[in-house]
Amino acid sequence: MKRVARDSEASARRVTRRALLLGGGMAAMFAALGYRMRYLGVEQADEFRLLAEENRINMRLIPPTRGVIHDRNGKVLAGNEQNYRVVMTREDAGDVETVLNRLSHVIPLTRSDIADALDGLEKNSPFVPITVKDRLDWEEFSRVALNAPALPGVTPETGMSRVYPRDTDFAHVIGYVGPVSEKDFEGVENPDPVLRIPKFQIGKIGVEKWLEDTLRGEAGTKRIEVNHIGRVMREIDRIEGTPGADVHLTVDAGVQNFIQARMGEESAACVMIDVTNGDVIAAVSSPSFDPNLFVRGISNSDFRFLMDHDHRPMANKAVQGAYPPGSTFKMVTALAALEDGAITPETTFRCPGYYDAGGRKFHCWRRGGHGPVNLERSLMESCDVFYYETALKVGIDKIAEMGRRLGLGQRHDLPMSAITEGNMPDKAWKLERHKAEWRIGDTINASIGQGYVLTSPLQLAVMTARIASGKAIKPRLVRAIDGQEVPVEPAESIGISTSNLTAVQGGMVAVMNGKSGTARSSRIVAEGLQMAGKTGTAQVRNISAAERAAGVISNDQLPWNRRDHALFVGYGPAENPRYAVAVVVEHGGGGSTAAAPIARDALLRAIYGAVPPLEAYPSDQRGRMESLLNGLVLRGDDGRLPPASDT
Amino acid sequence: MSFLEYRVKTAPTGFSKVFALNWALVLVVTAVAAIGWLMLYSISGGRLEVWAEPQMKRYVLGLVLMFVIAFTPIWFWRSMSGMAYAISMILLLIVEFFGTVGMGAQRWIDLGFMRLQPSELMKVTLVMALASYYDALDDKKISRPLWVLVPVALIVAPTVLVLMQPNLGTSIMLLVVGACVMFAAGVSFWYFGAVLALVVGAVASVFLSRGTPWQLLHDYQYARIDTFLNPAADPLGAGYNIIQAKIALGSGGWAGKGFMQGTQSRLNFLPEKHTDFIFTTLGEEFGFVGAFSLLILYGLILVFLIWAAVQNKDRFSQLLIIGVAVNFFLYLAINLSMVMGMAPVVGVPLPLLSYGGSATLVIMLAFGLVQSAIVHRLR
Repeated sequence: MKRVARDSEASARRVTRRALLLGGGMAAMFAALGYRMRYLGVEQADEFRLLAEENRINMRLIPPTRGVIHDRNGKVLAGNEQNYRVVMTREDAGDVETVLNRLSHVIPLTRSDIADALDGLEKNSPFVPITVKDRLDWEEFSRVALNAPALPGVTPETGMSRVYPRDTDFAHVIGYVGPVSEKDFEGVENPDPVLRIPKFQIGKIGVEKWLEDTLRGEAGTKRIEVNHIGRVMREIDRIEGTPGADVHLTVDAGVQNFIQARMGEESAACVMIDVTNGDVIAAVSSPSFDPNLFVRGISNSDFRFLMDHDHRPMANKAVQGAYPPGSTFKMVTALAALEDGAITPETTFRCPGYYDAGGRKFHCWRRGGHGPVNLERSLMESCDVFYYETALKVGIDKIAEMGRRLGLGQRHDLPMSAITEGNMPDKAWKLERHKAEWRIGDTINASIGQGYVLTSPLQLAVMTARIASGKAIKPRLVRAIDGQEVPVEPAESIGISTSNLTAVQGGMVAVMNGKSGTARSSRIVAEGLQMAGKTGTAQVRNISAAERAAGVISNDQLPWNRRDHALFVGYGPAENPRYAVAVVVEHGGGGSTAAAPIARDALLRAIYGAVPPLEAYPSDQRGRMESLLNGLVLRGDDGRLPPASDT
Repeated sequence: MSFLEYRVKTAPTGFSKVFALNWALVLVVTAVAAIGWLMLYSISGGRLEVWAEPQMKRYVLGLVLMFVIAFTPIWFWRSMSGMAYAISMILLLIVEFFGTVGMGAQRWIDLGFMRLQPSELMKVTLVMALASYYDALDDKKISRPLWVLVPVALIVAPTVLVLMQPNLGTSIMLLVVGACVMFAAGVSFWYFGAVLALVVGAVASVFLSRGTPWQLLHDYQYARIDTFLNPAADPLGAGYNIIQAKIALGSGGWAGKGFMQGTQSRLNFLPEKHTDFIFTTLGEEFGFVGAFSLLILYGLILVFLIWAAVQNKDRFSQLLIIGVAVNFFLYLAINLSMVMGMAPVVGVPLPLLSYGGSATLVIMLAFGLVQSAIVHRLR
């Protein structure tokens, strides 16, 4: 056997040599591994530590509590209420369908509720809680809690949701909140991260929208530890957010409710302003809608009903409705002419029932004419021809300038949606807008608030407040934020001479209290509370010559949407003006019959601070007023309606 | 060497073999295994029965196996080499055609009490076969082409089978281990130089041809190679594991987050944390200090092995020990470089730490052979 060679010293040495060579290679690799360990664990440690923390820790936002909106007396207009809901997690439920089936015996679940829940449970990770049913009442909620042992994976939870206790009364002023939509992020740089919270709600219209930043508050944060699939393991710490600031508005919930009820089913609007400081006491638009429906997610049929309603409940007519002011505009024409010196309070024009402007006849509302008319009578009896003559003397530009001075043709800055600018036309405007010369007929139409003139009830109320006070009253809606009063700047004088103002005010008093005043039937007889006002009736159609020849059809015989708008502006008490009010009743017919009574009642309600006593009314109206006032369904202090009586 | 020679030169017999064992090696190996149990206990969230306990049982079984093999004379194992290699090949063929599908590849045979991976077994039996081949080969023939081809065939046959499973990590290991044994046996440097040049040339031409008209592979194949070589480019897919592993290791810092405090492993960000990626938990919880300590223990084991090979005068024993050492080194070197982001991810466990039966038992079996060589060496 040839053992020698294999066992030779030389052979063994070679193997040893090569073994050591391999060992050297291994040592080199070990050095590399050791160096890499040092690099990762020592040099790069801080970076990787950060990454590990990012892996493990998630920031979650805690939604802030939204600020509460109060009226001027502290009554809650928009608040937050506990919302009871039932959530379910797939992994704890096990057999999801069986559990849902059992749950449907405990609380009412529709087929689509179950389908949605199944869908949500299916699509999400097994540990993600899915809301099965929202807005349970307390009884249902406790039933679920009671049956918990039979309902694995089902958890009753509480959350906060927005509620409007005076539902329809403030729908247009307060607006409502709704879930954040993609549109809300458009054009916003660095949107508040709180908006990314699922189901977070923000103001969509009205005060809720315009004071969003004030009401929202700031989100808190909590840091939670999650595992690789995002399951929450524990909460590490939390920083509480700042709740939104409470807001006190200038509106009076009682007055608002009274006016809303008083308007009934009319398509109407009413704005009342405190003459002394511009506080908006009421801004009513009728009919209204329940904003709570929108918070909960309005059903398709409810939404269709609101959209298809010919009285347009969704529109905020008080600030966004633009109407021809009709005769309520006559004070503007009169003041422009008086200030210009074109007329004096004693200037008299003869009204034959029409005005002949170069062959074209412009009629007075009284076919037979008023005969000789001065300023006071022109307002009291609302003679149109007087204003045709006056307007032609002073010219449209001066009238428009006066209109703007009184608050027309401009957007008053209130935190409400779609506030209209209205329209206060002049020559320049027509040239630009219609590319046409201003004509005599335009001036004649404008002088009595027809034609191109458009005003909102808000503007009319501001105009009235300025006439009543002689000051440039600016409307305001927010009285205090977070307990801090919003300062009111003392209004400057409007710059109209006292004698001219007094003359016009006298005419407005005569409208209500004069023997032939157009709104005499709506006068107030209580001592010292007499009001001043002006009626208006705005045509929404052209009366053709043929119609006129055949005798103008009375409003009652026309279809509703072709009837005249009824308008009224007024203030009271006349001696010491406190409130200015403007009322528009769409297609209500005459201002004296449809609008003035509402304005009077609203004024009395505000002055008395309660449903007005019958003594304030003329004795012959007391019987009718008693049943009318008693018939109003008004809310209690808590905002609730009284239980319906069976009578 | 023959039995007779051993008798003449007096190798220890009977109970005295116990004293001839390299106990230091046993101690270090056990220490490393204990680190593994500790980590498995931590990863399972403080429960023994999940991973730590079965792994302990396997280790004890492996230890018994090691002693049994160690006390059996080395010449018996030498004479069994051919048989062992043949059996491994047959088992490999069986899993190739009848094996249970596990982890997407046909790799193991279910023996009831454990799952046997023939490819793991092959790592040792290949070394035995090569060692006995060179033990029998005339010294002068070692570098002759014909006699070089025989071991090459012995290496390539199982490598191809394992590659078909497909198990890239183990194929590479078989190839490199075989080459290292041949190298240690004294095969001329020129062969290795030529093969190395060939491989480098092939790889270079594949990469250099990219984007040229004579491109050797399809674009999608290059894309696959890219993700394989640089998983970080695909952080949510192939790169996820390696990124999370690096985060775990790095965030451990100097001294670690503390036993059972590793957020990456406890919160399940780490993949395969009880098997191939077990080192990351060690690094996270015990930091650089813990990780480097393990590296030192591994180094110690390799020093013991190389030293035992150098001291031994029997060529079969020498080559066997070298083969086992290279094997052990490759396990840990591939695993650690892959976990630390230095190499692409291939499925190679960390020896003695990763949860798993086959690898542990095969390693203990290999150490048994080494101990047998130490006990029965010529003095």
